[in-house]
Amino acid sequence: MNSNRNRNTLSIDRRTLLKNDPVEKLKRMIEIREFEEICFNLFAEGLIRGTTHLCNGQEAIAIGVAASLEVSDYVMCTYRGHGHALALGMTPEKVLSEIMGKKNGSMNGLGGSMHLSDLSVGLLPTSAIVGAGIPIAAGAAKTAQYKKTGGVAVSIFGDGATNIGAFHEGLNISKVLNLPVIFICENNLYGEYSPLASTTPVKDLATRAASYDMRNCIVDGQNVDEVIEIVNTATEYARNNEGPTLIEMKTYRYSGHSRSDPATYRPDGELDSWLERDPIELYNKALISQELIKDNDKDKIIEETRKSLLKVKDMVANSEEPDDNSLFQNIYSD
Amino acid sequence: MNNDSDVILMGEYIAAAGGPWKTSEGLLDKFGPERVIDTPIAEMGFMGMALGAACTGLRPVVEIMFVEFLGVAIDQLSTEAAKFRYLSGGELSVPLVVRATTGAGLGFGAQHSQTLESWFYSTPGLKLAVASGPQTAYGLLRSAINDNNPVVILEPRSLFANREELVRGDEGIVPLGKSKTINEGNDITIVGLGSTVESIKEASKEIDSSSEIIDLLTLIPWDKEAIIDSVKKTGRLVTVEENPLSGGWGAEIISHVSSKCFNELKAPPFRITAPDTHIPFNEKLEKKYLPSVSYIKDSINSYMIKNEVPETWWEKNNE
Repeated sequence: MNSNRNRNTLSIDRRTLLKNDPVEKLKRMIEIREFEEICFNLFAEGLIRGTTHLCNGQEAIAIGVAASLEVSDYVMCTYRGHGHALALGMTPEKVLSEIMGKKNGSMNGLGGSMHLSDLSVGLLPTSAIVGAGIPIAAGAAKTAQYKKTGGVAVSIFGDGATNIGAFHEGLNISKVLNLPVIFICENNLYGEYSPLASTTPVKDLATRAASYDMRNCIVDGQNVDEVIEIVNTATEYARNNEGPTLIEMKTYRYSGHSRSDPATYRPDGELDSWLERDPIELYNKALISQELIKDNDKDKIIEETRKSLLKVKDMVANSEEPDDNSLFQNIYSD
Repeated sequence: MNNDSDVILMGEYIAAAGGPWKTSEGLLDKFGPERVIDTPIAEMGFMGMALGAACTGLRPVVEIMFVEFLGVAIDQLSTEAAKFRYLSGGELSVPLVVRATTGAGLGFGAQHSQTLESWFYSTPGLKLAVASGPQTAYGLLRSAINDNNPVVILEPRSLFANREELVRGDEGIVPLGKSKTINEGNDITIVGLGSTVESIKEASKEIDSSSEIIDLLTLIPWDKEAIIDSVKKTGRLVTVEENPLSGGWGAEIISHVSSKCFNELKAPPFRITAPDTHIPFNEKLEKKYLPSVSYIKDSINSYMIKNEVPETWWEKNNE
């Protein structure tokens, strides 16, 4: 039996819209930012259990990657994955339901913040193990190569993952087998609580591809157009049977590693200097200069998005819990 | 592989060299390098790749040369593959087969001789079976390839030299989750797994009681019904395991059976195992380590006469 892809048309429609409309890209970056704000508050209020890993500051990567891929391509991302899930097409209702442990979540509330998935838009189950998705994406690429689907697989991971064995083993085997896979490293300068330099001997992680004679490049991860351009180039290579690419995207997470981390280890002024290159503001300026939106449109979008997400929040907060018998569901396939 | 072009093989030296255990000889020529893949010595990487391929439409069969090498791939097997269906909210299946060779007796030393069923035994989402000879190796593998879940098949190395007439095709399939009664008897139920099945058969020739010998075959899920039915008939149960005493599968079986049919037991069930120590290279000591035919025979004969659990050989040595 092949993997089945439930046709989740809501997710697919959201993805199509994102691909085709520049203003939608801005809206969706704002959606991610506002969504994370809501998550932060829900955790602070004790309304969400466990842990969460916010991605505010990294929205351009999520949107740029999703806008460059087809729904038939596969994506493995990490536990810092709310943004990617929303960008790929999952609705805020679906994602927040999962984060709040509700029945309507993608895993019926049994997965939580770190385990989002939606096969209708190619989002494979999100692993909470650093680096684990890298070889798994290689395997999804093997299927595409073997079945000649023309599809690609994308693995998205953080800077810290480039020190784990799965990264090196995954890159190595992908290059040896010339697999149609794109490795995207979101280098946000911190592996959990550690500044990159304290754990990693190289500053530019893209250089690690040299060990595998793999095409590689460094991109400004705050610039959504640049992200789209480079991911499109890499997917073109992959679709033309020209093998894998490692892309390092320089970015910054505005929050700490997880809910319990206030990020006091960051040097003074570092956050401010990154805020000056905020991905949403950069893209807003670009759209204004292209006369696609007006000066005050962004504020309106923010207000509308916030309003609509708060509605979603109330709806999800009052929605059903999973049934007791779901404890035993989806352990084995028939 | 003839029947289903989605089945691919992956492992170290399995293609060009025909496999370190010669279990894939000729397959590269027949099916080509797209389907018969020599991997780097990087089990974490190729196990992850096999999972990624399995959940997107292929049916990979991975060979692990020595079960110990799964140690570096266990994240991909237990933490990823076993949970991927669950983590996808039931959208994905993971038809992945992992074959690994196990066991002592051939002088491979401490790191290439273990059985390690216990590494996987408490992982829901996996299935786990152990072959006890050529037919069960063939039949369990066929079942595993047909199964839509990650299945680990352990193959005792010490049996690789065994030869028997093989029933091929669908008739040769050995179902997962079912034990096989090798010999019917009335006085004692003896449960073996993998390499110990042969030893039990050999020992039973000199056991004075009527022995019901059961080859357990699958550990996840194990055949509770058959074992309980047998113990209800015989009233006595012994498990014979090739692994250290602590944490072995026999403990689970005896615990379950004792709580389900305590009143029907005529004597306390017991386990024959190896001691809690590492596996030695020296031939004399390696033979001592393994539950030998004579140790099985002596333990069971003593148990039947005295109706009490015999001391292990290492307890006797310490006296």
